[in-house]
Amino acid sequence: MAAIERLRRALWRVQRALRALGERRGGARALPFAAMAHVLGALGGLLAAGQAQAADLPEDRAELMYHLYDGGGVRASGPAVLVRKSLLGKVSLSAVYYADIVSNASIDVVTTASPYRETRNEFGVVADYAVRDALITLSAARSKEPDYIADTYNLDVTQDVFAGMTSVSLGFTYGSDEVGRKDEGFFDGAKHWRYRLGLTQILTPRWLATANFEVVSDDGYLGNPYRVALVFGAAVPERVPSTRSSRALRVRVIGEVAPGMSVRGAYRYFWDNWDITAHTFDLGLSRRFGEGWLVDVYARAYRQVDSALFYSDNATAETLYVSRNRQLSKFDSNAIGTKATWTWLRVPGRYEVRLSGALEYGKTNFSNFTDLRTGRPYSYNATVAQVFVSADF
Amino acid sequence: MRRHFPSSWPALRGALVGLAVTASLGGCAMPEPWVKPYERERLADPVMQIQRDALSAKHLEHVREVREGARGATGVQGGGCGCN
Amino acid sequence: MTTIARLLFTALLAALPAFGANAAVTASAGAPDFTLPSLGGENVRLQEQRGRVVMINFWASWCGPCREEMPHLARLYEKYRASGFTVLAINIDDDPHKAARLAQQLGMRFPVLLDTGKQVSRTYDLSAMPSTVLVDRDGRVRHVHRGYRDGYAETYDRQIRDLLRE
Repeated sequence: MAAIERLRRALWRVQRALRALGERRGGARALPFAAMAHVLGALGGLLAAGQAQAADLPEDRAELMYHLYDGGGVRASGPAVLVRKSLLGKVSLSAVYYADIVSNASIDVVTTASPYRETRNEFGVVADYAVRDALITLSAARSKEPDYIADTYNLDVTQDVFAGMTSVSLGFTYGSDEVGRKDEGFFDGAKHWRYRLGLTQILTPRWLATANFEVVSDDGYLGNPYRVALVFGAAVPERVPSTRSSRALRVRVIGEVAPGMSVRGAYRYFWDNWDITAHTFDLGLSRRFGEGWLVDVYARAYRQVDSALFYSDNATAETLYVSRNRQLSKFDSNAIGTKATWTWLRVPGRYEVRLSGALEYGKTNFSNFTDLRTGRPYSYNATVAQVFVSADF
Repeated sequence: MRRHFPSSWPALRGALVGLAVTASLGGCAMPEPWVKPYERERLADPVMQIQRDALSAKHLEHVREVREGARGATGVQGGGCGCN
Repeated sequence: MTTIARLLFTALLAALPAFGANAAVTASAGAPDFTLPSLGGENVRLQEQRGRVVMINFWASWCGPCREEMPHLARLYEKYRASGFTVLAINIDDDPHKAARLAQQLGMRFPVLLDTGKQVSRTYDLSAMPSTVLVDRDGRVRHVHRGYRDGYAETYDRQIRDLLRE
């Protein structure tokens, strides 16, 4: 209760400061500040609302995974580890390690440079804190490659409302990168901001729906120092805008259609100020078999229907920005996958050990990116595989 | 002195939308929750979990974000990298 | 994003924990009477427990925190049963066999009642799982706990002791 009172008082102080700020600005410009103050006032009143339930911390877990991606001449594989433990019933701390050992002989690399091999390491820590019926998650991660360092910080708050029928979540991510080039060292940087809003709603005792909205803003060096664009057939270093702003909206429905069997479907619409538009469709089926088996199958279709404004397979004009990054072009990607989980050991209320394997096979076809080796539009197949063991204790 | 309400001001619109959202979430005459906690047995089934394995989802999402132009709204918190 | 939008976002983020759901069975009201079958076969009625301090615990096989809480409740039962304390663990699974299996595994020696029809759950207007209601010797509701987290067991212990002393 004391914590609630402190929060109320803090909100009241912020509210007062906002009003003062608005008054100083005067006139019509005070309006947003006054509105903000009202919002905070309403929220402060809500803090006095009655008893609430307790949010659940994520369960203690240890997970070890080996992952593999093989497609388009790129082969990335490596281990990943997750360890999570709750302390004093209030905080859950996790440590994550992820490694990518990459052998890159992709079409870009093969046609404009020579294949290379490098390792990327990522370390992260996560803290989950349950306060009344909200879950606050803070995390920090550092990804390190010989020529790229990325630091990411996340804050997510998930709140159960409406007797747990609805879950609202807000999230914020800040990323700061150092961009380098192998022969030059670190020469530039990039910053990223992500704002997330999520909603999970129980529809019936057997169906639920989720909606997610995310805004991503990037600022800085957003290109690739090794990639070239083609202008009048000649290779020039790519010139990419130093800002990008994108939005994505995704809706998903999950339902139990038979005891132990569920279906899910999702659609995401993406658009940004580089003029890229994309649709993503997901369909999945999950089923329990006997006492210990759980199998998922899924299909995914991705349609990038508009390429970036400055994207060109072979530019026929000199423009401020030009890029031949095939990730920004117009393409289709289809994949099917499956995951099987087997419960190896289980003592209810004490621990559970599961073994899982996942496999995905996909094909990507480009419309306006040519394979320079053949002169035809490029396409490639990709296989993704994971094997992992998870222990809940 | 008359106050002006510039209708084309996106900032004010944003604040008002925020107020409306807050008011609606604040419980002004909300309907009764129609799925009680004791009716949520089916929703607790592992097949109904939104995301069962975080590491697996993180890896898959990473693969997609690197290979495609779209990003975000997947429910997996991001991490950066120079995989381009 | 504009400064105002950023401000609004951060304010919402900071104040989100303020949106709480609110509640149901209130303390100091008479505990609604009920009669439910137990795993042992015979019916158990709440009114017959008058004179004893009763802890009514609603649990289910699919509820993680319920399973975590059970060993603590078993401990409290053994500790205070001689002083006139009892636990009525009401299970709300659709399939009572799951309740029987778990009751055996978790060593629940106190009465396990079956509310497959969810009638008592509705009467007590459960708003969380697990829910624990402490009823005093006169049949009045004194404490209501929603959910379970580490540290609740100590609170239960203290409250039971206070109720037994009355």
